[in-house]
Amino acid sequence: MGTKNLISVQLICNHYNIPVSFIDTLNEFQLVDIIIENDHLFIHKSQLKEVEKMMRIHYDLEINFEGLDAIYNLLNQVESLKEEITLLHNKLRFYEDF
Amino acid sequence: MAFIDYYKILGVPKTATEADIKKAYRKLARKYHPDLNPNDKTAEKKFKEINDANEVLSNAENRKKYDQYGEHWQHGAEFEKAKQQQQYQRSTQGSARGFSEEDFSDIFGSMFGGRTSGSRGRQVKFRGQDFNAELQLDLKDVYTTHKRTLTVNGKNIRITIPAGIENGQIIKIKGHGGPGVNGGPNGDLLIQFSIVNNSKFKRDKDNLHVTVDLDLYKALLGGEQMIDTFNGKVKLNIKPETQNGTKVKLKGKGFPKYKKEGQFGDLYITYQIKLPENLSSQEKALIEQLQKLR
Repeated sequence: MGTKNLISVQLICNHYNIPVSFIDTLNEFQLVDIIIENDHLFIHKSQLKEVEKMMRIHYDLEINFEGLDAIYNLLNQVESLKEEITLLHNKLRFYEDF
Repeated sequence: MAFIDYYKILGVPKTATEADIKKAYRKLARKYHPDLNPNDKTAEKKFKEINDANEVLSNAENRKKYDQYGEHWQHGAEFEKAKQQQQYQRSTQGSARGFSEEDFSDIFGSMFGGRTSGSRGRQVKFRGQDFNAELQLDLKDVYTTHKRTLTVNGKNIRITIPAGIENGQIIKIKGHGGPGVNGGPNGDLLIQFSIVNNSKFKRDKDNLHVTVDLDLYKALLGGEQMIDTFNGKVKLNIKPETQNGTKVKLKGKGFPKYKKEGQFGDLYITYQIKLPENLSSQEKALIEQLQKLR
């Protein structure tokens, strides 16, 4: 696999001044996927925004990894419920107009 | 400008200890943190307020100044100087009038033009806040991909609105949100679409539904009928003995599929048979004859 869409874990950690163990633990909790290429650790660029968000929640709010995992599951549920509400609103509008 | 009571924002008394303030801040931050309340403007505003309050009250020196000077705590030193000068002028002019609370605010108002706000403090780079906006469009507008110019915070942004966008759908314009903190990247602009439907067509995702009136004789004997689709007219063959409520599907005559160029949903036509009214005596006689034949 090429590293075009990957970003080095070391680079992220240096940039944000966080230990590599933070991303390792996120990986253990299956909150982020670590990709190993030539003995170097990477994450996919599309996951960077999520890692930044988890970093803020962890460091700003002092939420531990178990809490982070629970929050993430709940946020995903909230997101899909919101989508479902929009879908149902649109369906309801369809029947209300008839 | 109205005085902002940081103690009230954090829900603690003026006598609160450092630990009480920290605890109150943590509790409120967990409740209102923007990452935990995506697209919630009220939470965003509240989070900013509690952050401002915490930055002042969690620092012993700032808290002392805030307790002494209120909202103008940042300009306490200048205030002291101004106060001394005014007291000197008053004593030399022989004025007996002392400072009242109104005077206190008035001095700051004239010196600094009201409370100054802005970013203070964070050392880590943070991405700017996401901005939320709502754009109302007519169903006609979203039948084709088109461009619009929006003005966000004084800047014109030209965006492409893909055909087939759904009511309530959100599109993200990267980097057009709030500025990053300490050199962090800008936030994004999230535009939620509100689609108003003034047409006779009902939309269900990519499919459209419409009810078409059919006269009794055409329904009984069959024939041709011009039907309006969303982008023009088509001629349909009506089968003899078409029943009221019959549904016909016109493939590919529905709404464009989002981000699938050239692909369309279907148009569902429901026939509503209209019975003739104000029958003449001759018509009635003929229908009675018809009835006898059945």
